[in-house]
Amino acid sequence: MSFVRFAVRRVAEMAATLLTASFVVFGAMYLAPGSPASFLLAGRSASPEALAAINAQYHLDDPFLVRYFRWLGGVLQGDFGRSITYRTDVSRLLADRLPVTLLLITMALALVVAVGLFLGRIAAVRGGAADSAVLVTTTFAVGTPSFAAAVLLQGLFAVRLGWFPSSGSGEGLGDMLWHLTLPAIALALYLTGMLARVTRSAMLEALDSEHVTVARSRGVPERQVIRRHVLRNSLGTVLTTGGLIVSTLLVCTILVETAFGIGGIGQLLELSTTTKDFPTVQAVSLIIVALFMAVNLVVDLLLPLVDPRVTLGSRKAAA
Amino acid sequence: MNPTQPVPTLDIQGLKITLPGTARPVLDGVDLTVRAGETVALVGESGSGKSLTSRSALRLLPPGAVVEGAVRVGGEDVLAMDADRLCGVRAGSVAMVFQDPRAAVNPLRRIGDFLTESVTLTGATSRTDATARAVELLGAVGLDESVLRKYPGQVSGGMLQRVVIAAALMGDPVLLLADEPTTALDVTSQAEVIALLATLRERFGTGLLFVTHDLDLAAAISDRVHVMYAGRIVETGPAEDLFARPRHPYTAALLASTPRMEGPRGRLAAIEGQPPDLREPLHGCAFATRCPLATEVCDQRAPLPAAAPGRPEHRAACHHSDLLEGSAVDA
Repeated sequence: MSFVRFAVRRVAEMAATLLTASFVVFGAMYLAPGSPASFLLAGRSASPEALAAINAQYHLDDPFLVRYFRWLGGVLQGDFGRSITYRTDVSRLLADRLPVTLLLITMALALVVAVGLFLGRIAAVRGGAADSAVLVTTTFAVGTPSFAAAVLLQGLFAVRLGWFPSSGSGEGLGDMLWHLTLPAIALALYLTGMLARVTRSAMLEALDSEHVTVARSRGVPERQVIRRHVLRNSLGTVLTTGGLIVSTLLVCTILVETAFGIGGIGQLLELSTTTKDFPTVQAVSLIIVALFMAVNLVVDLLLPLVDPRVTLGSRKAAA
Repeated sequence: MNPTQPVPTLDIQGLKITLPGTARPVLDGVDLTVRAGETVALVGESGSGKSLTSRSALRLLPPGAVVEGAVRVGGEDVLAMDADRLCGVRAGSVAMVFQDPRAAVNPLRRIGDFLTESVTLTGATSRTDATARAVELLGAVGLDESVLRKYPGQVSGGMLQRVVIAAALMGDPVLLLADEPTTALDVTSQAEVIALLATLRERFGTGLLFVTHDLDLAAAISDRVHVMYAGRIVETGPAEDLFARPRHPYTAALLASTPRMEGPRGRLAAIEGQPPDLREPLHGCAFATRCPLATEVCDQRAPLPAAAPGRPEHRAACHHSDLLEGSAVDA
């Protein structure tokens, strides 16, 4: 199968999956207890007329499918509806907050890849004390959930030492990077440990293979053996794990943004869920699903380039 | 060394290798020479140390190995040289053809890359020259240059073993080590690979150390044969003489247990018992417990290699060699 046909087919599949996801996302909010009207009224008893006015404004009395298709038609034109709590267009909210989240996730991903690959490589190649040190460090990292890391980092580097701000996302790129450093570390910690361990075991497996011995027996210098045969052969595993890492970042950013008070889409999702602001919840959920699927698509398209035994359209390796 | 004799291509003297956690050395005083252009077979069963012996010519030793003795390639001790020189020897004068070509070639890199990597990465040759040489050698092993762009998964096992052989010749080696190069191949490919190795040895004048457990194969292709048992060379001699008149009961038993097409049908003859365990020290002859000729002296004293009367090339380490001559032993 040609690359273009494969890519087109995968994008079509992705569109179909997104459509299904949109139905589930919309339906979940419909089934959840409570209604935006009762939140807006905040326990006050309202006259039936006021209640009816709210229901009419947000089309809450229409049948489910009618509401779904009205919403879907809007989404396809880039209109996610109006936020009930923020009283503004959801697309405006997204445009304001998505860049912060993407920057945070990119920073965390850069940290995970740089530190994770470095630690994994050292552990596998050096062995001995370096290996033990990496294993202990990564055990600690893997055992620390991102929200716990957030609290610890805040307490130490923001409150006690005052090196970094304890909350907020800053103005302008430099200030934003400074504000997002601690959150990015909190977000990266667990995944760095995971990637280091995956890299280590993939490299150890590759180191153990006969063709590495053969390369050495042919006088290929050790550094080149590591680069051309060990790192190269671990790349497939690392790439697959990379897809998983980005997915996890998308989920964990909800906790970390909340902990650090960062105005990204993660915090937006958390706030809008508690206030039953369903247009916002639906939009953010849909965006997260779309990002998640885009990452998987990229990994699927890259895998055949990394491993010639993976043929397009199937993950079955040749014997 | 006697100055009138040319320096042997490979000269292993008193090689003794001890691995951690074993009670006796895995190699115990191995002596072996391969002269220029000569084919020497190293025969023995699994675990006898034949692969380790051949790998020692490249200093490919298991981690933690304690080594005594000397392994000289063209007069230079491989065990004593520094890492840079060793890389040079590995990329140049000594090359190895491995058992399983599927495992020996990185499945993720192109075959052209595999052929050229050793000579280009050690800085011996430019990439262009190396590619030209690779095309030439692919021709010599009967493959065309389209293989260069292919991945190992896209060619057959027999073709890949030809690639491995071509790759071994890239650095113009004086010594080729073939570690059971046909075991992983089907019968047709086996014959082709053997014929190819013989042709190439003649054409390029390399010495060949051929490791195998196949006695008939060893007899067919080699000038001299070394028989190994439990880390020792038990018998060595010119191929014809050794197979016609074995002077060690182990060689005789191996010959008797080789299945013959023309022989009577029935149960295959086998050598009773098991080779000695590495976890137990050896006192006398390693073969004594399985040997039909064994006497008290065999359990007490390890026999030293001694030449057959009138045939100095044919040496066996057995207390009872003379009993064997002329009368075949029924094992």
